[in-house]
Amino acid sequence: MKKGRFLDFGGQYAPETMMSALNELEDAYERYRADPGFRDELSALLRDYAGRPSRLTFAEKMTRDLGGAKIYLKREDLNHTGSHKINNVLGQVLLAKKMGKTRVIAETGAGQHGVATATVAALMNMECEIFMGEEDTKRQALNVYRMNLLGAKVHAVTSGTGTLKDAVNETMREWVSRIADTHYVLGSVMGPHPFPTIVRDFQKIIGEEIRRQVFRAEGRLPDAVIACVGGGSNAMGAFYDFLNYPTVRLIGCEAAGRGIHTPETAATIATGKLGIFHGMKSYFCQDEYGQIAPVYSISAGLDYPGIGPEHAMLYASGRAEYVPVTDDEAVAAFRYLSRMEGIIPAIESAHAVAYAMRLAPEMRPDQILVVNLSGRGDKDVAAIARYQGVELYE
Amino acid sequence: MNNIKQAFQNGKAFIAFLTGGDPDLATTEALIPVMETAGADLIEIGIPFSDPIAEGPVIQAASERALAAGCTVDRLFDMVARVRKTVKIPLLFMTYANPIFAYGAERFMKRCRDCGIDGIIVPDVPFEEREEFQSVCRAYGITQIFLVSPTSQKRVAEIARESEGFLYCVSSLGVTGVRTELQDNIAEIIRTAKKVTDTPCAIGFGISTPEQAAHMASYADGVIVGSAIVSLIAEHGRNSADAVRDYVASMKNAIS
Repeated sequence: MKKGRFLDFGGQYAPETMMSALNELEDAYERYRADPGFRDELSALLRDYAGRPSRLTFAEKMTRDLGGAKIYLKREDLNHTGSHKINNVLGQVLLAKKMGKTRVIAETGAGQHGVATATVAALMNMECEIFMGEEDTKRQALNVYRMNLLGAKVHAVTSGTGTLKDAVNETMREWVSRIADTHYVLGSVMGPHPFPTIVRDFQKIIGEEIRRQVFRAEGRLPDAVIACVGGGSNAMGAFYDFLNYPTVRLIGCEAAGRGIHTPETAATIATGKLGIFHGMKSYFCQDEYGQIAPVYSISAGLDYPGIGPEHAMLYASGRAEYVPVTDDEAVAAFRYLSRMEGIIPAIESAHAVAYAMRLAPEMRPDQILVVNLSGRGDKDVAAIARYQGVELYE
Repeated sequence: MNNIKQAFQNGKAFIAFLTGGDPDLATTEALIPVMETAGADLIEIGIPFSDPIAEGPVIQAASERALAAGCTVDRLFDMVARVRKTVKIPLLFMTYANPIFAYGAERFMKRCRDCGIDGIIVPDVPFEEREEFQSVCRAYGITQIFLVSPTSQKRVAEIARESEGFLYCVSSLGVTGVRTELQDNIAEIIRTAKKVTDTPCAIGFGISTPEQAAHMASYADGVIVGSAIVSLIAEHGRNSADAVRDYVASMKNAIS
């Protein structure tokens, strides 16, 4: 009965029609995760196709400028397709292929997960359909075109608020309509069991590499690991390998939008409460009657009213900290990292950079701080220009 | 015998769904006795939710209209308490886990009992998660209806064995909504269920015409119709009574 639980968080709150597919997925995953052939195939794809291991870059100028902890950047932005999303997608689509599925569907917010799914679907010769909030198709028009180029069909979701949660709703509806030949490539550590576990397992390579790479450079563990959190896949991937090292602070940065005291926020831990939605028990932004709140962030990828159940557990247990970061802070960090290190971060990742800018000066120079740079910012350039009043069209 | 099973004592049961508060609570309050008089054996009242993942466009739109008109769980409880003074057939709430959870499951079930709700259908609480609300449901005499679908396969017998009230048999893949063609593989699922339970089986999802209802009723103890009724309410708004009465009467007639 306590299948897929993180403390009391998680679970399998899914419609009946989805249950057999979830069970089938769980069985297949249990079988293939231990299968040496599958693991070798995935490792080869991660190495030769995605470009892993991703680099760990010492941010020397940033470290000097902030005058505190030594800052390292985990360069998920250098992966093929430009973000950490490819790690999970390669794993899930390979698994789907083994399961005999011929079609994949996925939700996407910023478009990073959609692009990664469309990419791997092309590689593995699968039919692919992506569901993206209509609002996000406008914010991220280039990514829509990219997905089309890769052979995927993109559906603009007009229901609800036309953002990430609505894209998830619509992908779930599509999945129960055509479930036999289709795998839902869920993009974050959320949804009904077994998704939070599967996605975390496919992303935990980030933290494993960070630990090895920091040890190689410094001969010890880092003191803090910082990552942005929407559903929370890059953060979970970066944190997981450190859970048993209590000296390593784990900090998730939520999108505060225009501020946690305004309704225009997506900071789930800061403003949400316990609920049941999208297949899981976790924290959600909602009203007193449990209606899911129309959240807001400049970042389409963090614009989600919930958080993965394992993060909810890490918050409840105190093992990880979660902090809100506003649009303004993220945009400032976006510009800062571009000028300081010559790296344009995804606006999602800029939330983590922003908190590192706050935290590093409070730390000692012999301490080590790692920022997970979950994606690159090419997709955001036009939106940031518009945010700053420059009319730039892609 | 619980109240819900009484719905199946009058030939094949016609189960009608409408979204509470669409287009406003007064309309819902007026339509419930109209549907009872026209022959509905049980009525499901949808508590609107912001993100109804099991619903097709018709009920999604109705939920949006109801929420925009200010429908809340508290107002629905008050409305049900008023209609209960005259309506005798069983009444169910259909909603999602979060509105119940946010209200507090115990407080929710207590108010259900106090206003005369007989059971709940929660499409995002599958059999595996039944413990979420089961003990409070039992404590307040509220029946939780389980669903089986064409993909339930191995799980049908297990679910059917523990079912109470009636077993909600989802006719086909996908979300709620009118379908022009229905598949027959639900018949096999019902045969499997019938081997292990005497709980009545009712088929829902996609049924809109009297012909479909008659056909589906040949496999089951009742049929459930939602989107077709909600479409009539969307079309006629506050003046839906005649259209809904005629429709419910024709559907009950078709399965009698």
